[in-house]
Amino acid sequence: MEEHVQNPYVPYPVRIDDIAVATEDKSLKTFKFVFLNDGDEEEFSYQPGQFAELSVAGIGEIPIGIASSPVEKGFVKFTVFKAGVVTSHLHNMKVGDIMGLRGPLGNWYPWDLLEGKNILIVGGGFAFTTLRSSIVSMLDPDNRPKFGNIDVVYGARTPGMLLYKDELIEWEKRDDINMHLTIDAPAEGWEYNVGFTPPVTEQKAPQGDDDTYAIVCGPPVMIKFTLPVLEKLGYAHDHIIMSLENRMKCGFGMCGRCGIGKELVCKDGPVFTLDQINQTPREY
Amino acid sequence: MKLGKIDKKQWAEGLDALRKSFRLLGPVKEDTYYSFKELKEGEQPDFSFLNTRLSPKSLLFPQSEAIVEYSLDTRDEDHHVMKAIETDASPRAILGIRPCDAKAVTLVNLNFDTPEYKDPYWVKTLAATTFIGLACDTPKSTCFCTSVGCGPYHEEGLDLLLADEGQTYLVKILTEKGENFLSAAGLDMVDEDTTLFDAKKEAAQAKITSSIAVDNLKSQDILDLHGAPFWEEVSFACLNCGTCTYTCPTCWCFDLQDEINGKTGKRFKNWDSCMFPLFTLHTTGHNPRGTKLQRVRQRFMHKLKYFVDKYDQGIMCVGCGRCVNQCPVNIDIRKVCALMNDYKADELACAVQE
Repeated sequence: MEEHVQNPYVPYPVRIDDIAVATEDKSLKTFKFVFLNDGDEEEFSYQPGQFAELSVAGIGEIPIGIASSPVEKGFVKFTVFKAGVVTSHLHNMKVGDIMGLRGPLGNWYPWDLLEGKNILIVGGGFAFTTLRSSIVSMLDPDNRPKFGNIDVVYGARTPGMLLYKDELIEWEKRDDINMHLTIDAPAEGWEYNVGFTPPVTEQKAPQGDDDTYAIVCGPPVMIKFTLPVLEKLGYAHDHIIMSLENRMKCGFGMCGRCGIGKELVCKDGPVFTLDQINQTPREY
Repeated sequence: MKLGKIDKKQWAEGLDALRKSFRLLGPVKEDTYYSFKELKEGEQPDFSFLNTRLSPKSLLFPQSEAIVEYSLDTRDEDHHVMKAIETDASPRAILGIRPCDAKAVTLVNLNFDTPEYKDPYWVKTLAATTFIGLACDTPKSTCFCTSVGCGPYHEEGLDLLLADEGQTYLVKILTEKGENFLSAAGLDMVDEDTTLFDAKKEAAQAKITSSIAVDNLKSQDILDLHGAPFWEEVSFACLNCGTCTYTCPTCWCFDLQDEINGKTGKRFKNWDSCMFPLFTLHTTGHNPRGTKLQRVRQRFMHKLKYFVDKYDQGIMCVGCGRCVNQCPVNIDIRKVCALMNDYKADELACAVQE
C-alpha cells in the first residue's frame, strides 16, 4: 500500500457499488465506488472541490470532480456525463466491475478562508458535483456553525435535468440553507423559480461584501452572464471562486497540457478566484 | 573536485571492465547522425560527434515507457487491478553527454521531482545514472549555451567531465558518483594542474559566438507578452510538426495511453507535444489552444516566461541549438527570445494611438 503514496500513476483499485441514472435524458450517471483494499479509503482523504482520475484498465482515464462529501463514509461518488471514450465506456459498466481511482487531485474550495463567512453557491447544469460535495459538508452538524448564511442558486433546463433532485428538495425544507432552484421554462408541478441562472441570481442572491464569497460552477455561457451579475451585486473579484476544466492526463502537474499560463489547472487549480484567473492568459 | 588525466587507451579498457557493474550508454554513429544507444559488448562510444540529433533525454524519459500493467482476464483474481511496472534501477552511465544536455536534465528534474509528487520512473532512473560529460571544444554555429547559464565546460548535472586532449582525456571528478565510476573502471588519474583545463575552457567559451539576451524576461508582464502582436509573424510558417519539442532536451510534456494485447494491457507514458491540437482538445470539441498561433506561443511562453516566473532558474532552454538546426521552416528561438526580451508593450500602444 506504500506504493500508492509513492507512485502517483497507480490508481487505488475500487469496485462499482452502485450506478444510478442522474438525469432524465440518461446522459449522466452517478457511480458509487468502494475501495477494494483496507486503508485506501483513509489514504484517499479529500476536500470538497477536489477531483480524481477515474481509471479504467484498457480504456484510459478521465478527471472528474468528487461529488461525495468527506463526511460521507464508506464510499466515494462521481456523477459522469457521457461524452468521450472513457465516459462512454464507464456508462456501460456494471455494478461489481473493478476499476481504479487516482487522487484526490488538485486544490479545493478555500475552506479555511471561508470559515465564518456567508456563502453563495451558483451552479448550472451538471457542474453541480463538487458543489454538492461542498453543501453536504457545510450542512453537516459539526460544520454548519462554521458558516454564516448559505444561499444556493442552481439552474437546469428542466426539473428532470437537476442533479441530486431528492436532496435539493430536502434542502428546500431546511431553514439553515436558502435554496433558489430554477428551470429554464415553466413545467407542470414545478413550484420554484423559472428563468436562467444569472437573472435568478440577480433577484435572489445576497449582496456581496467582505464577508460573503461566491462559488460559481457551470457551463461557459452561464459563467459569462453570471459574473457581471455578481459584480453588480458587489462581489469583488477575489470573492468570486471558480473551478476550471481543461484536458488533463496526469492530474498532478507533470504532463503539461492543462496550463493556463504558468498555472496548471490540475495542480494549481482547479479552484481559482476570478482575480487569479484575470492574471492568466485564460487558456481554458 | 579533482583534476587529472587518463590515457585514452586505458579509458577504453576501463569501459570494458565497467560493463560488469554498469550498463553503458553513449553516442554512436547512425547513417548521417549520432544517437545515444546502449553500447553492445566490446562497443566503444564514438566521441567524434558535435552533438546528437536527438537529445539523450530519452535515456531517462523514454519516448514510450510502460508504467502500469493489468490483466483483463476475469479468471485472474486481480483482474482490472492496475499495478506499477518497476523501473530497471540497475546502475548505468551515460558516456559523453554534452554539458548542455546534462544541464537540461537538471531542468527537467524540476518537473518530475517535486515536493508534492515524484515521478518514480524518472526519479529512480536518474538516481541510477552516472553522467560522464564530454566538454565541447568545437561548438556548432547554432550553440548559444554561454548566454543561458550554461557553457561548453559547464559542470551542472555531471558527475565527471572529460575534455579531449590528444591521446588523453583531462578528467574532472565532480561528485562521489563520478569517483565511484572511475574506481569501478579501475582507472587511476595522473594528477594535473588546472592550467591546461582552464585554457581549453576559455578557448571553447570564446568559440561560442551566438547569444541571446534574457535579462528582461522576468520583469515582462505575462499578459503583455501573451498579447504581443509578433506571434502572428513568429508562427506564420510553423507546420506544427513537433520536431522542436521532440529534439529539445528540456521539453517534458507527455501523454498517457492504454494498450491491450489479448487479455493483458499496459499503460504507457509517451512523449507528447504542445504543437499538436490534440494536446489540449476538450471532449466537447472546444480547444483552448486550437490555432497554430496559440500553440507556437505556448511553446515559447512556457520556455521563456512561464518557466522563468515559476522556478526562478532562468529559461527552459540550454542553448543546444537543436530546434534551430532542425526546424523545417527556420523558426529560431533566438529571434523569438529577442522579440520577447525587447518587447515594450506601452510604447507600442502609444505608437498605435498616434
